[in-house]
Amino acid sequence: MNNGHVIQTRDLRKIYRVGKLNVAALRGVDLAVQAGEFLAIVGPSGSGKSTLFHIIGGLTPPTSGQVLVAGQDLAAMSEAERTRMRKRTVGFVFQKFNLLPNLTARDNIAIARHIADNRKPDPAFDDILRILGIQERLDHKPNALSGGEQQRIAIARAVVNHPAILLADEPTGNLDTVNSKTVLDMLKDLNGRLGQTILMITHNPEAATYGHRTVQMRDGKIVDAEPGT
Amino acid sequence: MTGKLVLENLKNRPMRTLLSVLLIGVPVTLILTLVGLSHGMLEDAQHRARAVGADIFVRPPGSSFLTASGAMPDGILGALEKLPHVKLAVGVVNQPVQGVTLGIAGIDLKQFDIISGGFRLLAGTTFQGPDDVMIDEFYASEKGLKPGGRVSLLNHDWRVCGIFEGGKLAHIVAPISRVQQLTGNVGKISQAYVKLDNPANTASMVQHLKSDPMWSNYPVYSVQEFTALYSINNIPGLRQFVGVVIGIGVVIGFAVVCLSMYMAVLQRTREIGILKALGASNGFILRVIVAEALLMGVGGTVLGIIMSYGAWWLIRTLVPASIQMVIVHSWWPIALGITLAGTGFGALYPGISAARHDVIEALAYE
Ligand SMILES: Nc1ncnc2c1ncn2[C@@H]1O[C@H](COP(=O)(O)OP(=O)(O)O)[C@@H](O)[C@H]1O
Ligand SMILES: [Mg+2]
Repeated sequence: MNNGHVIQTRDLRKIYRVGKLNVAALRGVDLAVQAGEFLAIVGPSGSGKSTLFHIIGGLTPPTSGQVLVAGQDLAAMSEAERTRMRKRTVGFVFQKFNLLPNLTARDNIAIARHIADNRKPDPAFDDILRILGIQERLDHKPNALSGGEQQRIAIARAVVNHPAILLADEPTGNLDTVNSKTVLDMLKDLNGRLGQTILMITHNPEAATYGHRTVQMRDGKIVDAEPGT
Repeated sequence: MTGKLVLENLKNRPMRTLLSVLLIGVPVTLILTLVGLSHGMLEDAQHRARAVGADIFVRPPGSSFLTASGAMPDGILGALEKLPHVKLAVGVVNQPVQGVTLGIAGIDLKQFDIISGGFRLLAGTTFQGPDDVMIDEFYASEKGLKPGGRVSLLNHDWRVCGIFEGGKLAHIVAPISRVQQLTGNVGKISQAYVKLDNPANTASMVQHLKSDPMWSNYPVYSVQEFTALYSINNIPGLRQFVGVVIGIGVVIGFAVVCLSMYMAVLQRTREIGILKALGASNGFILRVIVAEALLMGVGGTVLGIIMSYGAWWLIRTLVPASIQMVIVHSWWPIALGITLAGTGFGALYPGISAARHDVIEALAYE
């Protein structure tokens, strides 16, 4: 079943219990993503996009259904196993950047390597820093960096361990047009040059055009999958 | 890398870090000061007793080594001197003047000079009259007294005739007859110091006195026995008191760190979520929190040690005769251990609660 698919979900469901209410965030998601693909996910707010990312990224288990990421069955994993899986398999980029405020940009990247026990020297990573254009800003703490710079650091951190998939949840949601374009160009560059698989949630139809194809979600389901431009 | 994160977290909230370190340091100072006082007072007492130059100490019947006063007839001195090997027996009257730590000793200066080799005068003269006192430099500095000055002791007005180098017998010495008279002890002494022809005979003489029915009521000590009695274990309640203060230290360290780290964990909920999203295990999160607390514990211990030097300086400057404190280096690692135990346990609850944060909720934390 894993014919080049780095992600494969089948009838994925997630029900959150809020008080006495069951909230179905995902109602049967079937999704297959090829290695090297750049996928845009769009849909109204509350449609389950972030929940899908959280499950694929191993942050939370599905209520039912199947989810395979880089050959690993996440539904069967314990919390500790999912935590271990996140080290090398997944890189996250968030709307709010989520850098550690007390560490410099360099150390924010270094701690991701450290947590992943990634001690291998990695000269190729310098190229990534060059693509992201942040070499000059590495010794600053996040509060001394612009939003665009912070997000580029966050992208560097997300790919430092060469994850199988990069999950970007509205990465340009907090950026102005110019910085949004820079960040999107860089994601596209990483995908094109390194073959980095990227899943990107976005509200912005223009941002979605950066992907190879776009998947539309509504009410916890994928309603439409159309190829990107 | 973890170390850097811990350090940066500490640096990021300097006020909180410094306050925590200070609060951890205060009980460390308390412990070290108490231990320093115990050791200082005991060592001082041992030192002063040894400096008398006697081989054997004889005390009044029913007294213990700790009772400063008590009385026996001074006729026993003659009886002691008749014993074989005894070269000299000198009587002293002790009377506390302030608490149990500061006393006046009534002496026969001529006799005392023979047994002890005499006081070394720093200023003034020896007794010129029956109402003269000699004081050591500690008492002089504590009370701001100079030769020729007047001081009231035992409800009596004395003239300070001289200041001697401290560390022998007592901080204040006066002619024995006047002290006997003022304390209602005419013809009585509270301690007899016995000098032998040869210190090698001490053990056999002590044995002899203890077995002689005439002396069996009198507590008799060799100088070694007597000074060895000045130990923390022999001061009633001291050990327990040290234990209580250590307990308080542990509890304060525990509480301070628990509170400080709990607040830090709340403040850093989102950062904890970030670390977990990167794949940090619960153990990693716990280690970061505990390491931060232990580092504050080390800081608190260092500060506590520094502040104990402050206490030492204050005591030496303000009340050098009343109380003595020494810096007891061997207690530094003990204080560190006590602090690390308190802070380590204090960090456990915040650390575990941080490790158990749900990663998605933590990331959504504002
Ligand atoms: N932790 C949670 N607890 C309860 N309900 C949640 C939780 N996370 C998401 N939901 C609900 O699940 C649905 C999907 O949310 P989400 O995946 O965040 O959508 P999107 O990212 O598309 O805006 C929403 O109705 C949301 O309220
Ligand atoms: Mg969302």
